[in-house]
Amino acid sequence: MALLTLSSPHSKGSNRTANMMRWVILMCIPGLIAQTWFFGWGNVHNVVWCSIVALACEASVLFLRKKPIAFYLNDYSALVTAILLGIALPPLAPWWLSLIATAFAILFAKHLYGGMGYNPFNPAMVGYALVLVSFPVAMTTNWASPGPLLELGLPSLSATVASIWEIAPLADAYSGATPLDLYKHEIAQQTAEVVRANPIYGDFVSLGWEWVNLAFLGGGIVLLLLKIIPWQTPFAVLAGLTLPALVLGWDYDQFTPLSIHLLSGATMLGAFFIATDPVSSSTTKLGRLVYGFGIGVLTYVIRVYGSYPDAFAFAVLLMNFAAPFIDIYTQPRTYGYAGAKRGAKAKENS
Amino acid sequence: MSSLIASTSRRVFDFHGGIHPSEHKSDSNQTTISRAPIPPELILPVQQHIGKPAIITVAVGDKVLKGQRIAQADGFVSTHVHAPTSGTIVDIGDRPIPHPSGMTELCVILAPDSEDKWCELEPEEHYENLSIEAIQSKVRAAGIAGMGGAGFPTDIKLQPPQQDKVATLILNAAECEPYITADDRLMRERADEIVKGIEIIAYALQPGECLIGIEDNKPEAVAALNSAVKGTRIEVVVVPTKYPSGGEKQLIKLLTDKEVPSGKIPADIGIVCQNVATAAAVYRAVRFGEPLISRITTLTGQQFNQAGNVEVLLGTPISWLLENYGYQPSNPERLILGGPMMGYALHDRDTPVIKTTNCILAPANDELPLSDPAQACIRCGLCADACPAELLPQQLYWFARAQEHEKAEHHNLFDCIECGACSYVCPSSIPLVHYYRHAKSEIKQQRLDHEKSDRARIRFEARVERLEREQAEKEAKRQARADAAAKAQAEKALAAKNEENKDAMPANSGVDPKQAAIEAALARKSTVQQDKTSSPAELKEAWGKAQAKLDKMLDALDNAKENAPEQVEKLTRAVEKNQVRVNQAKQSYEKSQSENAATPSTAINSNAAPALSQADISQLETNLAKAEAKLANMSDSLTQAKQDQPELVEKLERAVAKNKVRVQAANQALLDARATLKQEEG
Ligand code: SF4
Ligand code: SF4
Repeated sequence: MALLTLSSPHSKGSNRTANMMRWVILMCIPGLIAQTWFFGWGNVHNVVWCSIVALACEASVLFLRKKPIAFYLNDYSALVTAILLGIALPPLAPWWLSLIATAFAILFAKHLYGGMGYNPFNPAMVGYALVLVSFPVAMTTNWASPGPLLELGLPSLSATVASIWEIAPLADAYSGATPLDLYKHEIAQQTAEVVRANPIYGDFVSLGWEWVNLAFLGGGIVLLLLKIIPWQTPFAVLAGLTLPALVLGWDYDQFTPLSIHLLSGATMLGAFFIATDPVSSSTTKLGRLVYGFGIGVLTYVIRVYGSYPDAFAFAVLLMNFAAPFIDIYTQPRTYGYAGAKRGAKAKENS
Repeated sequence: MSSLIASTSRRVFDFHGGIHPSEHKSDSNQTTISRAPIPPELILPVQQHIGKPAIITVAVGDKVLKGQRIAQADGFVSTHVHAPTSGTIVDIGDRPIPHPSGMTELCVILAPDSEDKWCELEPEEHYENLSIEAIQSKVRAAGIAGMGGAGFPTDIKLQPPQQDKVATLILNAAECEPYITADDRLMRERADEIVKGIEIIAYALQPGECLIGIEDNKPEAVAALNSAVKGTRIEVVVVPTKYPSGGEKQLIKLLTDKEVPSGKIPADIGIVCQNVATAAAVYRAVRFGEPLISRITTLTGQQFNQAGNVEVLLGTPISWLLENYGYQPSNPERLILGGPMMGYALHDRDTPVIKTTNCILAPANDELPLSDPAQACIRCGLCADACPAELLPQQLYWFARAQEHEKAEHHNLFDCIECGACSYVCPSSIPLVHYYRHAKSEIKQQRLDHEKSDRARIRFEARVERLEREQAEKEAKRQARADAAAKAQAEKALAAKNEENKDAMPANSGVDPKQAAIEAALARKSTVQQDKTSSPAELKEAWGKAQAKLDKMLDALDNAKENAPEQVEKLTRAVEKNQVRVNQAKQSYEKSQSENAATPSTAINSNAAPALSQADISQLETNLAKAEAKLANMSDSLTQAKQDQPELVEKLERAVAKNKVRVQAANQALLDARATLKQEEG
């Protein structure tokens, strides 16, 4: 009988991609709970809805591409994209908005580029940016007001679903601008003190949002400790956001304060769950610092000088674009070499 | 006091990356080393080491004694093979040997006679009585090759590098591969033999310091070594358990914080590494005169009923060991030689145990499960975090798959030590090392092909150039003759005219006679010069000069190969250029020679050339011999490098090719000279 001959190594660690993805999904849950607590059922609905769309799209593409469906669905990557979209989109966004964002993310941003592992851009952020550019109104007016500010409390699950499916719209009071957006618009006429007197800033930084961000921060730190995400990216994102906020935006009578930058909008979700998508990010240690820092700075710039309510999607996509070049210029120094190589290839020949 | 400070203050450094696979050491290290009985047949391959295969010195039917040499080292990088017991040579032929590719190799088959009778040995109680050379030759006579797995002839590593001293002698006792415990048991049971062996090695190398590097998962072995080194200058350094701390480069980094520069060997930075089992073998070789005829091998994995360590005679068929140590084949059957990280799968159960066989691993199916189907790389970078060479495995994988070899090389593909750490941690179960091996071999093949076509191109260009030059020379000669004739004619006419007008109009002559004379002289001279440049003597001198320059360059190249790798390429190009020049010079010389032979009327000039003498011939003969010796030397190092230092192979291959051309040239020169001489004599 012939012996089984395989090349080394014969031993394999227990870490698996699907396992890492499962942890990412699991660590989204605290943030999702906080979102639901403060802003109602909208995000939960969106997460479920986006997941259904994503899995359906993924399965049909795999079927068309004649790939083993179960094998690829098992890597959970489509699910992660869907969940991140469900969390990031406005909670009261109509069903078709989530559908377009998710379908575009899976079909175009992922599979048109060759599927899992080959997409140069973060699929969730491509979907998000598409709807942000195409439907700016729907993307700015469907943010839910925090529950504690509502006299009647948060709308029920059925009322939320009815609103999302455009069966019975919710009263205007249930939706409102985000703290980031509001500050940017109000500060043009007011002083910081007056702007922050608005109840949506609550007692601390911005009502609800601060807890949502802290929950994502907590989940992210767990991922970091489990070595599922590298520390460099989120650290650099936050540094990249903080630095210009301190240097350029120190005057709160003109610019949004650092605390709102950090604990409002998609900051922590973006830093720990979106920027860390390994496929579309830089892959060297130094590169991740550069990549993350770029995202942070761009987020700040677009938030302050752009006209969109949040900037994370654009910042991530721009840095996705730069990631391959960052990789080439941030190679580590190999054992036995005096220094690291930089650039695509050795041009010198002598 | 000073030794106390040294032992307590030694700092252990760290190397990048590394992994912690489950160790499985206790599967096999709980029992003492047992001695395997003599099997009914011993299979002794002539190649159990890195380098040239040994040359068989016995014939079928010969009776041999235990320890008798049956095959002799062939050249510098090679080792002898000895009979592990007394018996009869029953066959000599190709048998499967332990090798990743499952290839066969010439083997001597010995049927033991069960008397186990030693041949005469030369023991030496006090190694200090021996000269360093005597120790080296004793080790060489014992046929010892590195027993940690690489199998490099040990006697070579006992010769200190010429330029500088050995600063640090490192004994590799890390044994970082999971499952393997052969060194562990050896250290526990025979620490004194190891330490004595180290002392002998240190006597030969005179190192500044001598360290034993051992992982902290072997406390018993550490204790045994610590008590054995008491009163010596040897220091036991315990390093944290982390694979691959036993990799030579990693251990050097751990103990000295130095790195072996890419493409170099430890000796280049004053470090020599030896394995502990090798040290024990050195001791037995010097103290008792015993050749290397047995080794300790770990039999482990769940398919063995009694896992443990056995002292096995070299040449013992693995199939026989399996039968005798309670082995149950798994289904499908899988046997691994070496550890689970870097060992290779056995193709044939009937291969023998050789000098480098440190472990036979027979895992159950669920013990080392086959890898899951590979998924796409998600660029998580875990592989880069684990890589001890600090490479970017994910990028290398990308380049290897896309056949972007240039980029892969630029990302230092050839610095990958194939430790497998990246594959181990990859969450997508990508067989990364497999891709690297493939890419490496492809690149090497491409280089070979490229070189071949380069050589062909150079030859072609040289030919075209030669033909053009010959044409030009002919033309020039013809022109010169025509010029000379015309000048002479003019001169004559002028002279006649001068004669005519001498008295008539001496002052008004259009041409000053003196001037004319000078011109005529100049013309004559230039004609002579023209002839002279193509005279055989001159040409021979030019050839000689070119050859001398080429020789100098070749020397520089050899030197650069050892000391300044960055210059090798430049010099190689220069050598190529000069080779072409030499060929041209030689061609012109030969041509002029044959022309001279054909037209004896112009022999006035060729008289100036020293006639070919017997002395020239013998000079050429020595040249040829020298070139051949150099070529043989280089080929040797090449074979050795192929197994040992793949990064050098390419350079050496180029060098060998160049030397071949040289040998050919020398040979041709000799033949030509002989022919010419004959012609002249006849
Ligand atoms: S560990 Fe595997 S999946 Fe992760 S970057 Fe490396 S090759 Fe890609
Ligand atoms: S096999 Fe090569 S690339 Fe992989 S970890 Fe080892 S040295 Fe690095």
